Amino acid sequence: MSVVFVLVLVAIVMAFAFLMAFIWAVKNGQYEDTYTPSVRILFEDPPVKEAESRSDQSQLAEPEKRKPETGEGESRSVQSH
Amino acid sequence: MNEDLKCIHCGNSCGKTPILFEGNPFCCTGCSSVFQILNVNQLKQYYQIEPMAGIRIEDDKRPANETYAFLELEKFKTKILSFSEGGISKVSFFIPEIHCASCIWLLENLHSLNAGVIQSFVNFPKKEINITFRENEIQLRQLVELLVSIHYIPEISQHSIEKPQTGHLDKKLFLKIGVAAFSFMNAMIYHFPQYLPGHELLEDDIRRMFGWLSVLLAIPVLTFSASDYFLTAWKSLKKGIISIDLPIALGLITLFTQSLAEILSGKGIGYIDSLTGLVFFMLIGRWYQGKTYQALSFERDYKTYFPLAVTKISASGNETIPLEDLQSGDRILVRNQEIVPADSILIIGVASIDYSFVTGESKPVLKHPGDFVFAGGRQIGAAIELTIEKEVQQSYLTQLWNQSENPYTASNKLNTVVNRVSQYFTVIVVLIAIGSGIFWLLNKPEVALFAFTSVLIIACPCALALTVPFTFGSAIRQFGRKGFYLKNTAVIEHLYKVDTVVFDKTGTITNTNSSAIRFVGPQLSGEQLLMIKSLAFQSSHPLSKAICESIEGNVLNEVIGFQEIPSLGISGMVKGIRINMGSRYFVTGETGTEENLKSEVWVFFQDSVIGHFQLENEYRPGLHELIGRFGKKYQLHLLTGDNEAEKSNLIRYFGNEKYLHFNQSPTDKLNYIRKLQKDGRKVLMIGDGLNDAGALNESNVGIVIADNVFNFSPACDAILQSKQFGKLHRFIDFTHQSMKIVKAGFLISFLYNLIGLSFAVQGNLTPIIAAILMPISSVSVVVFASFSVNLAAKGFRF
Repeated sequence: MSVVFVLVLVAIVMAFAFLMAFIWAVKNGQYEDTYTPSVRILFEDPPVKEAESRSDQSQLAEPEKRKPETGEGESRSVQSH
Repeated sequence: MNEDLKCIHCGNSCGKTPILFEGNPFCCTGCSSVFQILNVNQLKQYYQIEPMAGIRIEDDKRPANETYAFLELEKFKTKILSFSEGGISKVSFFIPEIHCASCIWLLENLHSLNAGVIQSFVNFPKKEINITFRENEIQLRQLVELLVSIHYIPEISQHSIEKPQTGHLDKKLFLKIGVAAFSFMNAMIYHFPQYLPGHELLEDDIRRMFGWLSVLLAIPVLTFSASDYFLTAWKSLKKGIISIDLPIALGLITLFTQSLAEILSGKGIGYIDSLTGLVFFMLIGRWYQGKTYQALSFERDYKTYFPLAVTKISASGNETIPLEDLQSGDRILVRNQEIVPADSILIIGVASIDYSFVTGESKPVLKHPGDFVFAGGRQIGAAIELTIEKEVQQSYLTQLWNQSENPYTASNKLNTVVNRVSQYFTVIVVLIAIGSGIFWLLNKPEVALFAFTSVLIIACPCALALTVPFTFGSAIRQFGRKGFYLKNTAVIEHLYKVDTVVFDKTGTITNTNSSAIRFVGPQLSGEQLLMIKSLAFQSSHPLSKAICESIEGNVLNEVIGFQEIPSLGISGMVKGIRINMGSRYFVTGETGTEENLKSEVWVFFQDSVIGHFQLENEYRPGLHELIGRFGKKYQLHLLTGDNEAEKSNLIRYFGNEKYLHFNQSPTDKLNYIRKLQKDGRKVLMIGDGLNDAGALNESNVGIVIADNVFNFSPACDAILQSKQFGKLHRFIDFTHQSMKIVKAGFLISFLYNLIGLSFAVQGNLTPIIAAILMPISSVSVVVFASFSVNLAAKGFRF
């Protein structure tokens, strides 16, 4: 029966890990806005080049990663005008 | 031309002469300039995510160039920025205009518009944007002006600087729920074997381990998750009030000590699963009840919309100074769309002051040099210069906030139905507990203590405490869906108790935007009217627009030599005939009876003054029915700052003049409410502007009528969308319905308590009965409350 002790301990440790994950998520502010991310995920990554690229081509266009931290992406687009 | 051409930016009709840019039609230059900005920066996807989602700002509503100059002052910068170090700053703005996916997309791509923006994040429910930017590349002022240039005007005011951190409370509640859920689930696993047949075969070691683990789990639940119940129970007990939290706290403590005793003595493993479950359910109830409308503010006062800074004119030139440094005698400059911050006297310029925030009257008031201007008005038109008469805090309007610190909320609002019930409940439960304890002491002493604690355990009013949160919480959601936003669930109960209704007039029972227009003078021919319309069409002044809308016909004439003299009127040649329209002074040259209640637009046609248009406020549709319904149940009063001109009309609605009061100042209104309350009446105040703010705050329930609920509204308990005005009585009837559901819910939970008590007094309360009875009672009350509220709402047709 001693295996029960081990199982119970494993179970509570796992449950505790999930509790910690939950606490982290709350402190991280993930419950502050439960709506906007659902919209955000549907945006295409780069600002679309031309209006007509609404068609399927836009998905095939070279993926230009948006990296706001580096500031590269936006300086390029600003210089272009 | 196609009349129905829609502006591709904002979707408004483009009228007769659309502005074209790259073949796209726009209704105004503002819209087309935003389009150009987005076009140049390859942000046209904005128009694809949600078509025509743009925001229209009429030319005369655009902030002046210097409006945001104060953001360059170090003093404001440090206050507004939430973080600033090493050239990188963070700031968050409330932008009421955020309304769709396109808004989110555009605002999160701000870095494409300006390289100085590192990242921008939108919180849609809060209508808030958080921006991280490099200060050496873009200044705070330029950042704000960038937002303004794409028509997302951030709200920057005293209030937004001193914003309280409400998010913190929510986080704590989530954590409490998380901990309670964790303990509840695990405790159930440990307790479950006990409830199965053959559990007595369980090894002692395992039983002991389960017991001690349960105790470990219960400790964070008691000390952290349930801490509020102990605190409030203790606090109200100190004040001599028995609140619902007292029997809960008693129940929790007995549950824990009883369990501890059983585990220590090795008799069993106690009731920890019931204990943690109780706390978990009650916290869920608290969360459900605490739904708030994040983007709505119910706590606003004049600070929300008074400017942070003003432009002071001194010998050395213009200077931006903080509002609180403003002193009487100072001379200030107020530009287009800026607020007059303090009572003052007009020195230079013609002021056209829009007091719609204050009185609800949307038509601007004309002021000439030398006139006294009350604080709170918004200048429309060219910049004016004023001399401050009274400091901000002493002004007519702001005094309201200084004199009333809402004395009633603290004491009166606590007295909720649940606490009244729980007073009797607690006393009865304690009596039963003692009674059964004594009974067993005399008959079978070893059961006495157990019977005593069992009563306290099983009577823990969890289901009772859940009835109100779930009934009112569901009701508040139903209301919100229909355009009636309550500050919190307690408002429902206060609405239920109301017996007196006080109305404000202008902007509340009258419609702010539409007015009844009639022409005073000889009958005009259709052609004349069309010519007048052609001229009025050229102007964006609210009165011109109102006249324009009132005249039928689409074939407009060409206007030659159109001139608009700010605050005075318009003039031009139509079909070779000169037409002047505007104030009496402008058209006729007479100063005459200003301060007229009704707005007048005088018309000069060809060679003579032919008469004037008179604009009267229209009563809101549905007012008659609403007053009819209210009149049967409540005492109706009307308070208005206007004079008695409308008296005869109002008597038609209200029946008699006994409770109609005219020429009421904001302070009069407040005192009137106080007087009513002193007579023991429960007052519902319905208002809209800052001049009602004192009364709204003072009344038992203050409802604000708003065309756009996200725009400024004074502090209140509820905001009602103006188009739902005629249905207010239905909402109030629904609070009565909700109260019935609450009472039924109480009945159900009492029933469960009776069953539980019948076990407890006999000393038969085993953990399994507690473990079954307590969750079932909670769940059934929750299901009953939410289900019946939603069912009732379906039949209610708000």
